[in-house]
Amino acid sequence: MNVNSTLKPGNIQGETGIWEMVIGLEIHAQISSKSKLFSGASASFGSEANRNVSLVDAAMPGMLPVINEFCVEQAVKTGLALNAKINNVSVFDRKNYFYADLPQGYQISQFTKPIVGEGEIIVDLDDGEQTTIGIERLHLEQDAGKSLHDQHPTKSYIDLNRTGVALMEIVSKPDIRSPQEAGAYVKKIRSILRYIGACDGNMEEGSLRADCNVSVRKSGEEFGTRCEIKNLNSIRFIIQAIQSEAERQVDILEEGGTIDQETRLFDTSTGETRSMRSKEDAHDYRYFPDPDLLPLEFSESWVQDIKEKLPELPDSLKKRLVKDFGITSYDASILVEEKDYVDFYQQAANGRDGKLTANWMITELFGALKKDNLSFSESPITSENLGELIYLISNGTISGKIAKEVFSEMMKSKKSPSDIVKEKGLEQVSDDTEILKLIDQVISDNQDKVNEYLSGKDKLFGFFVGQVMKLSQGKANPGVVNKLLKEKLK
Amino acid sequence: MSELLDLNLVEASKSLKNKEISSLELTKAYLKSISDTSSLGAYLEIVEDKAISMAKESDKKLIDGTARPLEGIPIGIKDMFCTKDIKTTASSKILENFIPTYESTVTQNLWNDGAVILGKLSCDEFAMGSSNETAAKGNVINPWLKNKKMSPGGSSGGSAAAVASRSALAATGTDTGGSIRQPAAFCGITGLKPTYGRCSRWGIVAFSSSLDQAGPLARTVSDAALMLNSMAGYDQKDSTSANLKMPDLMDYLDIGIKGKKIGIPKEYTQEGISEDIVKFYEKSIDWLRDEGAEIIPVSLPHTKYALPAYYIIAPAEASSNLARYDGVRYGARQEASSLDEMYELTRGTGFGDEVKRRIMIGTYVLSSGYYDAYYLKAQKVRRLIKEDFENVYKKVDYILTPSTPTTSFELGKKQDPLTMYLNDIFTVPASLAGLPGISLPVGLDKSGLPIGIQLIANSFDEPGLISTAKVLEMSAGFNFIADGAAR
Repeated sequence: MNVNSTLKPGNIQGETGIWEMVIGLEIHAQISSKSKLFSGASASFGSEANRNVSLVDAAMPGMLPVINEFCVEQAVKTGLALNAKINNVSVFDRKNYFYADLPQGYQISQFTKPIVGEGEIIVDLDDGEQTTIGIERLHLEQDAGKSLHDQHPTKSYIDLNRTGVALMEIVSKPDIRSPQEAGAYVKKIRSILRYIGACDGNMEEGSLRADCNVSVRKSGEEFGTRCEIKNLNSIRFIIQAIQSEAERQVDILEEGGTIDQETRLFDTSTGETRSMRSKEDAHDYRYFPDPDLLPLEFSESWVQDIKEKLPELPDSLKKRLVKDFGITSYDASILVEEKDYVDFYQQAANGRDGKLTANWMITELFGALKKDNLSFSESPITSENLGELIYLISNGTISGKIAKEVFSEMMKSKKSPSDIVKEKGLEQVSDDTEILKLIDQVISDNQDKVNEYLSGKDKLFGFFVGQVMKLSQGKANPGVVNKLLKEKLK
Repeated sequence: MSELLDLNLVEASKSLKNKEISSLELTKAYLKSISDTSSLGAYLEIVEDKAISMAKESDKKLIDGTARPLEGIPIGIKDMFCTKDIKTTASSKILENFIPTYESTVTQNLWNDGAVILGKLSCDEFAMGSSNETAAKGNVINPWLKNKKMSPGGSSGGSAAAVASRSALAATGTDTGGSIRQPAAFCGITGLKPTYGRCSRWGIVAFSSSLDQAGPLARTVSDAALMLNSMAGYDQKDSTSANLKMPDLMDYLDIGIKGKKIGIPKEYTQEGISEDIVKFYEKSIDWLRDEGAEIIPVSLPHTKYALPAYYIIAPAEASSNLARYDGVRYGARQEASSLDEMYELTRGTGFGDEVKRRIMIGTYVLSSGYYDAYYLKAQKVRRLIKEDFENVYKKVDYILTPSTPTTSFELGKKQDPLTMYLNDIFTVPASLAGLPGISLPVGLDKSGLPIGIQLIANSFDEPGLISTAKVLEMSAGFNFIADGAAR
């Protein structure tokens, strides 16, 4: 018997039995704010090195941090979207350590009293199942700068553009049991952040990155010793890193070894994790409340105001799409994954066949974008134009087959489907006399086949349909062709 | 020349506005004083050209009738204040060539009100010290008993020595545990530490952020009031700055203290205080009673824990605040082959012993395993001390204490750090509670050294503090001039 066939995702078959993964994630999400958490410098990505650095960011003597209220609002908004407890009083602490790209010699973060406490989110899995993952906390903190070690043979260069940029650290409970669940959890968090506009979720630019805590245990046992894999910046890497790390731990444990609690890095070239620093080398961060900042306090009514302004979130939107547009729950979950998708869909499907729109969007549009290596925002087809295409199909102006031709032209030229249909004369022909002319032509050209058909070779009917369609360059309405042909060849 | 130096700030300001003197001649007189008293070592940097041009600017305003409150008044600035385009070192080797591109809020307020800068004044390194001996460029000499080379106190030793030697009409200081009041007491002048949050900390080199507060050192209570009028004010750039408007302190000089209650804490008259100080403390009590105040014995029971709590909290914050002096972006850097080695060499050679000692203590008390026993406990003590004061202020309006347990001591007579820390025993409690305090001279001891008495008011009651101090000043009638002062 092949034991693997019954293995659940996240379980590993070892010599001594089945091992279960226990995973907790710390997501660092950069807040979509024009300026930094405690200074007025720009937080934009991709500027020339050290252009977005204020006196505060460079930690000049006597400089003081001042909290960016917009960032606080985003953290509260996110907390609400994660169904979490909002702490109306929270405290900023200093996390002290020396590094060349940390100008103050400490990071301002929140340690014992974070702005957001416990919450939970529902995560959609690939098999259509759902699971609930607990949120431990969310806190605000500053990002560090960047050290560049490859610019000079003996020196390191420092870029402080990122220094002080506002981050939210979202810490999950150790509720995740498989790499796939971890991936789905990150997707869901990213989707929520984009919905509420608190973070752009751009993993390539580093706006969203995750540290993964991984341990393994036999079912029912206590949690094992965990290792933390730092700074993963894609969902694919998160899944790979967790799988490989869990397998490494199982190998050690099965050989009678023990896991050392340590921080590890994922090597994308080998697909494996390697040790970065052990628990013994861990910093003593000497956290203490930052005396430059008062405790962060806000009123319940301020939180209520934010709550009322919160946009509709993916879970409720998904239910509404199923109800209002009659699409499947599966399609709806794909569409709500990104705010951009669902906005596009709702515009395209407005007043049109919802199911047909969902099919065209998910199968054709997503497929074409993937083939052309384009992101969704780069789509040459607008929601308006896709909606128009659905309309042309639904009212019989073009056939499904022609629609595909029109669609690929839309991808190329960005033109509206009506223009393309008009320019190329692709309107479906449904007029009886037009089609009868074509049928007569086909009959006279294929008299021998007609005789065979009439003497009982029924299979030839398809041939005649094909010929008529071909003659019409695909424009003839196949339903009408069928009907008239049957009458003609009686 | 001498008549110009005899004018205190309020008098000079009046003469300037009456066009009896010009800012240029006043400023030149002080520049000459600076050179006459240069052996005291109060100034780290003299900005003669800037002083002259600011004085000329002030004279224009005095003539065209647009004079501001401190128009044309030449002052000195403690080197803890960042001054744009003027070297700011915090008396440390690690910042020996640091020239800020920005101006601290407090000094900017002074320039906006017409004051003229003479230069930057020495202090203990990063304001850590009580004798001005930890300054990288060497100690400052107290102008009193100039032949004996006495300490001006610290950390604002340069500021106190400059005002006492008449080489600045007034000066700025910073006070973390007594750094304005103790040197003011040692040098026979008035020093005022405002309520925490009264003056912006923006642009002041940070020592201990929850305690640091800027304030004036001046010849008289009125001079200090006029200086603080300009220095204080809410600043959005400092989150701990108080969004409260301070009334014009000059309106409170002649209010008197009839019916006011003065608390005399029993914990402030323990053994170890010099007899002369006790004598003048008792005299001060009598003077205030004579002026109509009610004297009430009070108790601040947690006073004895103030010094140990202070020497945990201040170093803890300092260890973090001083982490930025790492040789990476500015300041002196010692080249090395690795980052860690660069840190070690840069900070090892850049900081003096006292600063290193406090960084070590601060790092220790914040370390995991020690945090609860030291830092957290010290914070609890701090809250108890605050509560002590809150309770007492339910019964009295002001508290009267000696400023220091002894008068100035001789420089170079090496004291161990603990004895040195005891200098701040009477000033530290008010600092921990964030309360405003003023030290003013009330007499001389047997050897001819000034004695300072401290008044402590409730939070943000600088007006009342000024009224009361003015009464004590009038009664004491202290009008001695240091033998080492410019004439």
